[in-house]
Amino acid sequence: MLDLEIRGVTKTFGGTITAVKDVSLHLDGGKLVSFLGPSGCGKTTLLRMIAGLDLPTSGSIHLGDRDITTTPAHERNMGMVFQSHALFPHLTVGENIGYGLKIRGVDKAERQASAEKLLELIRLPGIAQRHISQLSGGQRQRVAIARALALEPDLFLLDEPMSALDANLREAMQIELRQLQQRLGITTIVVTHDQGEAMTMSDLVVVMSAAQVQQVGPPMEIYRNPANRFVADFIGTSNFLPGRVTSEKEIEVEGQSFLVSKGADSLGSSTEVTLLIRPEDVHVLDSSEEGANRLRGKVGFIRDIGATVEIIVDCHGHEIISMMTPKDRPAVTVGSDVMVEFPHSACSVVQE
Amino acid sequence: MERQNLKGSFLLPIFPTVMIGIFFLIPFALIVAVSVAHQNPGGFYESGFELTHYKRFLSPAFLSTAAFSVLVSGLVAMICLILGFPFTYLITRLRRRWQVVWLVYILAQLSLSEVLIAFSWQVLLSKTAGIGNILVWLGILERSTAFYPSFGAVVLGLTYLVLPFSILLLYPPLSRLDSEVTEAARTLGASPVRTFFEVVVPILRPALVATGITMFVFTLGAIVVPQVLGRPSHWTLSVQITDQAIFQSNLPFAAALAIFLLIVSMSLVGLTMWINRRFGVKA
Amino acid sequence: MNKGLRNIYMGLIALILIAPLAVITAISFNAKKFLSFPPKGFSLRWYVEIFADNAWFSSLQNSLLVATSSALLAVLIAVPIAYCLWRYGIFYAKVLYGLGAMPFILPPVIMALAFLLFFTSIEVHGKMINVIIAHAIFLTALPLVTVSLGLESINKEMIEAGQTMGADEVTVFRTVIFPIVRPFVISGFAFAFVLSLNEYIIAFMTVGFTVETLPIKIFNALRYGYTPVMASLAVVFILVNILIFGLIARFGNLPRLLGALSEER
Repeated sequence: MLDLEIRGVTKTFGGTITAVKDVSLHLDGGKLVSFLGPSGCGKTTLLRMIAGLDLPTSGSIHLGDRDITTTPAHERNMGMVFQSHALFPHLTVGENIGYGLKIRGVDKAERQASAEKLLELIRLPGIAQRHISQLSGGQRQRVAIARALALEPDLFLLDEPMSALDANLREAMQIELRQLQQRLGITTIVVTHDQGEAMTMSDLVVVMSAAQVQQVGPPMEIYRNPANRFVADFIGTSNFLPGRVTSEKEIEVEGQSFLVSKGADSLGSSTEVTLLIRPEDVHVLDSSEEGANRLRGKVGFIRDIGATVEIIVDCHGHEIISMMTPKDRPAVTVGSDVMVEFPHSACSVVQE
Repeated sequence: MERQNLKGSFLLPIFPTVMIGIFFLIPFALIVAVSVAHQNPGGFYESGFELTHYKRFLSPAFLSTAAFSVLVSGLVAMICLILGFPFTYLITRLRRRWQVVWLVYILAQLSLSEVLIAFSWQVLLSKTAGIGNILVWLGILERSTAFYPSFGAVVLGLTYLVLPFSILLLYPPLSRLDSEVTEAARTLGASPVRTFFEVVVPILRPALVATGITMFVFTLGAIVVPQVLGRPSHWTLSVQITDQAIFQSNLPFAAALAIFLLIVSMSLVGLTMWINRRFGVKA
Repeated sequence: MNKGLRNIYMGLIALILIAPLAVITAISFNAKKFLSFPPKGFSLRWYVEIFADNAWFSSLQNSLLVATSSALLAVLIAVPIAYCLWRYGIFYAKVLYGLGAMPFILPPVIMALAFLLFFTSIEVHGKMINVIIAHAIFLTALPLVTVSLGLESINKEMIEAGQTMGADEVTVFRTVIFPIVRPFVISGFAFAFVLSLNEYIIAFMTVGFTVETLPIKIFNALRYGYTPVMASLAVVFILVNILIFGLIARFGNLPRLLGALSEER
């Protein structure tokens, strides 16, 4: 499987709108990569440039040792699944899957055999004769995947593939797509705005915002160590507290000294920073004992949602969310005065 | 892809451009050129620039033709709205299948040659095979008579000619009228007739106005009906243009009249477009 | 309005709409050559006459030839414009669209006079091709509207899907776009065909004295002598119109087509 290399790619529309700004990426062959970000962050434009549907304004794209920056889409051999699925309504399921092979001049019997094989692969055998209008949303999704795979493409590209599906089906399809990708070992890029989807499926997540790449890494790495406030906020839920660096491993928040695990070492004293901690790492204590990495607060709301409990505490005007399993729940009620503990190993620091 | 785009967008419009350029724009320009040409007494024109033909607009003959055209078109447009609007409203309340049956019939009649429509009414208004005979048979008239040529016959024929158009124009806005609006009015205690006049009509007023204007323009375009069902005094502008061009061999004057008709109808079409855009009467 | 009142009202308008044609239909079966209603006797001779009488039959042939060719030509002019507008959205395509739709909006006598002046000044007199071209220009608006409507229903991602599977622009058009809009192209052709078949004034001003189309021949008969063939032809015409629009309704979405058509006018 070929590696994909993106070098300093920028795309502007109409000379004024910058959709993608100086993006460089190296994606290893055989992996599943997600481009994750809010709508309008440039992830779809980047995917379209890889597919050859848009041309970069500057920069270059390489597949293996081939420069494909200006290769037209129809000469690239990439399989793409579109947001609308873009199945051809005038063709049957089998004809849709065999379309690319027909363009290549493959004869009919071989096309039919290939379509049958792909339908087996997506676990929809024997529907080759059906019309697209007879398919359910989930079936259309799978047929679109089969069609994109029919030409054994160098890259398998999916643009928001699950957005047309309802929530239950979406989760099942995420797992199925991931299994399919691992079985075929095909280099795959999925564009999505759904962090859960990216976390479920990917080997590597590329978080994008405002036309730029914010962070690249394996899902858990990004979750544990977000590079900046945007990533921390976009991926999962985070608590943010404003602080000021006092020493290499220490910052001051609301007059209280906090030890932190990382992020502060390279910053000079008195630098304004944001302390970042995930809700599952925050402890609410039914105690009044002051100390390092602790803040006094008042319980504002308790959200009991079965598998987890969320306690929302007002600490010096900052809303802190703590999440735990019901068995770890402290004996507090709304209005209780509590102490909130931020274990130093879970505290990291970012600059805005 | 973007380079291919350019190629396609240059090559594709060549044939339409050639056809429209040669066979629409040039003929169009010719009307303008001929309308200021010099008319020889022999019946031929030679190029030149004079406004003689436009000055003829001030003659009593032309003024009466113009006034008659406006009168008859306005009257026909009005009748079409009065008859067509409730009728279209009722069509849109029918089941889909019956709506389509009506639409097919109305389209078929709308496309029927004006010549055949004029002929049908000529027969219907004739002494030997028309309404007169039926009235005699019913004992209302003592002796059958012909009801044409007459002003009434012209109005009747023209109304019949353009009524299907008004139904088709009113169909989209009426069929999109949310039935919940009328249902809301009903639950608030309005009778169906009151609902129609106090809810449906006001909501669709812009569509009604636009349709009325369009009917006016269509009636101005009629050519055969005024000739067949009317006297020469009932000839409209379109008929006069044909007459000047073909039978009086005065092409420059015909062209000047055509320019006048063009300006009038283009302004009215522009007005309806403005109404549609301004008041959101959109399909 | 209650149901009874509604039905009476609709029936009344329906009567007004259908009455003249009903009378004509009755007359067309008249056994005698003069006009009379109610008809005397029953005969199909005036229908046979359309095909048996050489003059009428050649008019029929002329009309069919003109309608078919001009509708085809109108489609050929309209499809590239509609495609360019939809695919590239360029300003020039908008201009062409406006120009293509305009002749149909104007009172037809204006276009008729324009064509008369044009063909006179290039000294091509009374050839059938004149009326074919004239009708094509006059009726381009119809396929233009229907084809644009068809294209609007296509998700542009389909083009890109075709491209990623190795099809170039032309192949995508041939294998994806055209098959999907084909019903709309046929509707446009049918609309143009019917209107050309029935059109009088432009045909008269371009070829009125050399090529007799049916409307021209009927008009001449109106002036210079009645024959019941006119009645039987009227019946044939309305039936052809109903048949063609019925087919469009059967195989296409007529209410939707009409929505778009009237927006145009």
